Amino acid sequence: MQYFEVLGLAPRLTLDLKDLEKRFYAKSRELHPDRFARAPQAEQQRALELSSLLNDAYRTLREPVARAEYVLKNSGFDIGEQRSKDVPAELLEEVFELNMALEEADRPQIEAAGVRFEKLRAEIDQELATRFGQWDHAAESGTLAQIRGLLNRRRYIENLLRDVNVHLSN
Amino acid sequence: MSTFQIDFGGAPSKVVGIDLGTTNSLVAYMDLTGPRILGSIVPSVVAVRADGSFAVGEEARTLLLTAPDRAVYSAKRLMGRGVDDIQEELKLFPFHVSGGSESVIRLQVADKTMTPPEVGAQVLRKLKEQAEAELGEPISQAVVTVPAYFNDAQRQATKDAGRIAGLEVLRLVNEPTAAALAYGLDKRNEGTIAVYDLGGGTFDISILKLHDGIFEVLATNGDTHLGGDDIDNLLIRIALEDIASEWGHDVSGDQEAVQLLRRNVISAKEQLSFIPQTIIALDYQGRHYQRELTRELLEKLITPIVDRTLGPCRACLKDAGLAVEQIDEVVLVGGSTRIPLVRQAVRNLFKAEPHTELNPDEVVALGAAVQAGVLAGDVADTLLLDVTPLSLGIETMGGVVAKLIHRNSTIPASVTEQFTTSIDGQRNVLIHVLQGERELVKDCRSLARFELKDLPPLPAGLARIEVKFMIDANGILQVTARDARSGQETTVEVKPSYGLTDEQVEAMIMESITHAEEDFRERQVREARVEADNMLLAIEKAKQNDAWFALPEAEREEATRALNELLMVYHSDDHHLILAHIEKLNQATMSLAENMMNTAVQGALRGTKID
Ligand SMILES: Nc1ncnc2c1ncn2[C@@H]1O[C@H](COP(=O)(O)OP(=O)(O)O)[C@@H](O)[C@H]1O
Ligand SMILES: [Mg+2]
Repeated sequence: MQYFEVLGLAPRLTLDLKDLEKRFYAKSRELHPDRFARAPQAEQQRALELSSLLNDAYRTLREPVARAEYVLKNSGFDIGEQRSKDVPAELLEEVFELNMALEEADRPQIEAAGVRFEKLRAEIDQELATRFGQWDHAAESGTLAQIRGLLNRRRYIENLLRDVNVHLSN
Repeated sequence: MSTFQIDFGGAPSKVVGIDLGTTNSLVAYMDLTGPRILGSIVPSVVAVRADGSFAVGEEARTLLLTAPDRAVYSAKRLMGRGVDDIQEELKLFPFHVSGGSESVIRLQVADKTMTPPEVGAQVLRKLKEQAEAELGEPISQAVVTVPAYFNDAQRQATKDAGRIAGLEVLRLVNEPTAAALAYGLDKRNEGTIAVYDLGGGTFDISILKLHDGIFEVLATNGDTHLGGDDIDNLLIRIALEDIASEWGHDVSGDQEAVQLLRRNVISAKEQLSFIPQTIIALDYQGRHYQRELTRELLEKLITPIVDRTLGPCRACLKDAGLAVEQIDEVVLVGGSTRIPLVRQAVRNLFKAEPHTELNPDEVVALGAAVQAGVLAGDVADTLLLDVTPLSLGIETMGGVVAKLIHRNSTIPASVTEQFTTSIDGQRNVLIHVLQGERELVKDCRSLARFELKDLPPLPAGLARIEVKFMIDANGILQVTARDARSGQETTVEVKPSYGLTDEQVEAMIMESITHAEEDFRERQVREARVEADNMLLAIEKAKQNDAWFALPEAEREEATRALNELLMVYHSDDHHLILAHIEKLNQATMSLAENMMNTAVQGALRGTKID
């Protein structure tokens, strides 16, 4: 996987962000177009390609969710946007209550829902971390499938939280 | 074409850094002792003199007062914009826009039509000359700064200005980032800094992380139409109303009066940064207007303008993922940060005492010179990692924008998208690229349209075209496309929505060369005439000399003929002709000169004897 390669890493879902940053800075010094400002055109173009790859890689890998999506995509998983009507079954109740609260503009209820969703998201992140470790230990497709499920739920909750925050800031 | 290859090739020459400002511009160079300003500050004003030649800087600023329709200022506000974008500016600035200005604005200045990049090129040429005079060698490469919040078209227009001026723009650098470079040089190694840049026409805020010589921009935000100009316009409007009620007639349609008032208003505003009260005055056509203005009142008036800078600051912090407390230092840049109220606003927001050690007028140019040093390979440890200020996207179904590269992504940045056809046998696919944060096409800025052409005729949906969108280190978009099935490059012809085409820029470069040739020819003619003057004067004198009368008749006649011929060609525009006749006269008077020489020598010898 190119993004890991350009940073001199083996594909891993758990990354040390300090180490990642150090690698990014070191590679930037090497590849950035500023280093080739007066080089022949072909070399300048190469620096442009490589340093954009490096930047794209760093931007993706430093975010756990984007990183996992990248690995999923490169392992043949479809990570396309989930349609909004596909409410995860275990969230049906929650979503129903939130919609009620939003409709009635019931601020305390909306706030309470926000707190619950944040807690749910934290739980998912916890579980994601565990699955990441599991995959790093043994790269099995089954683990990735579980991760994709978690990511879908997480995205769903993110969207709900956005709705909550939009309402609360109005 | 070849003229430029000669210019740009060869041994490494010096690279200068240029701050091409809305109000003022400067050029700087970095040597072993550090960056320094070359020559003086140049007001970004361009005027056309009565004889049709250009005046730039101070002289143009003076002309602006007496002949406002012969001068342009604040043209940077128009860079890379279309006529629809500038309706607001047109109400406040005396820009005379001429016809055919849809994708590039054309300004009427005296009897000339100029695009904003050409106005910028005049300023750049002046700076180039200043740098050449101080460094004693031709300069053909530069780093030029732009407001961080400039979009693609505005950046491209700035690059075009460089090309027209005969400068290869090696890199566009964001102004606040350049300022950080100037500051960071001998300062802290680690830390997070905010750069707040409020100039004449633009406002930028950038947050950077410093680490061992790496300047990593975390986020940037701003407003390309916010600055000291807005304060000036507000004060002018108030004064004009005041004058109208006092004099009983409105002078707001009179450009000369408005420009005079503008200068006085600016000077009053600038004084109030240092003293508590002053006056705004206008003497015009025998009438006198005068009004006292206190700093207190000024602050009340401009609070809404200053407050407009706070939103972008908060958004920038949020994008950087930082709380105010995590900002270690704040740097102030731009002339308008001399205003105490602005400083107070920054202090309140960032809860830190802002840095003002470096001259806010010079700091951007100094930083540009540092970056020039980096590109020239003279500065080894410093590296700038900047970001794109605006998201890049493409138009999809229903006029919605799909974001491809998000704002604040480190540049160069790229993304590859797959496109396909929607009808059987479709040969072309049209792609519309936009910049901005909004969801709908109509709320974003159209950057360019391009067509993937000559696709193999296939059933709908089978074609696979990979398009790579790349934002380069200047913040400018590049597009390449490839047929994913055949692996072949596909032609992409990008039509920028705003700005000059390559052909137009080439034509402007040619025009400036033609003018340079004209200028050069004119100088040669003048030099030839000076030489002829000297010759004619010498002959005039010689005719009083005994040697002239001692010449044989035929030789005297011949010399007189040559003299008359020179007088006849004297006013021609052909310096070769003048020089040829000078030479002819020279030949015809050869023995006269020799005789005179001998007489002189004899005279001198006699002289020594007498002594
Ligand atoms: N002492 C001052 N008080 C208030 N404004 C000032 C002062 N000095 C300069 N300015 C304003 O700063 C602006 C020019 O700043 P500058 O950084 O040169 O702008 P730009 O980068 O847009 O060319 C002008 O609007 C000018 O009036
Ligand atoms: Mg400036």
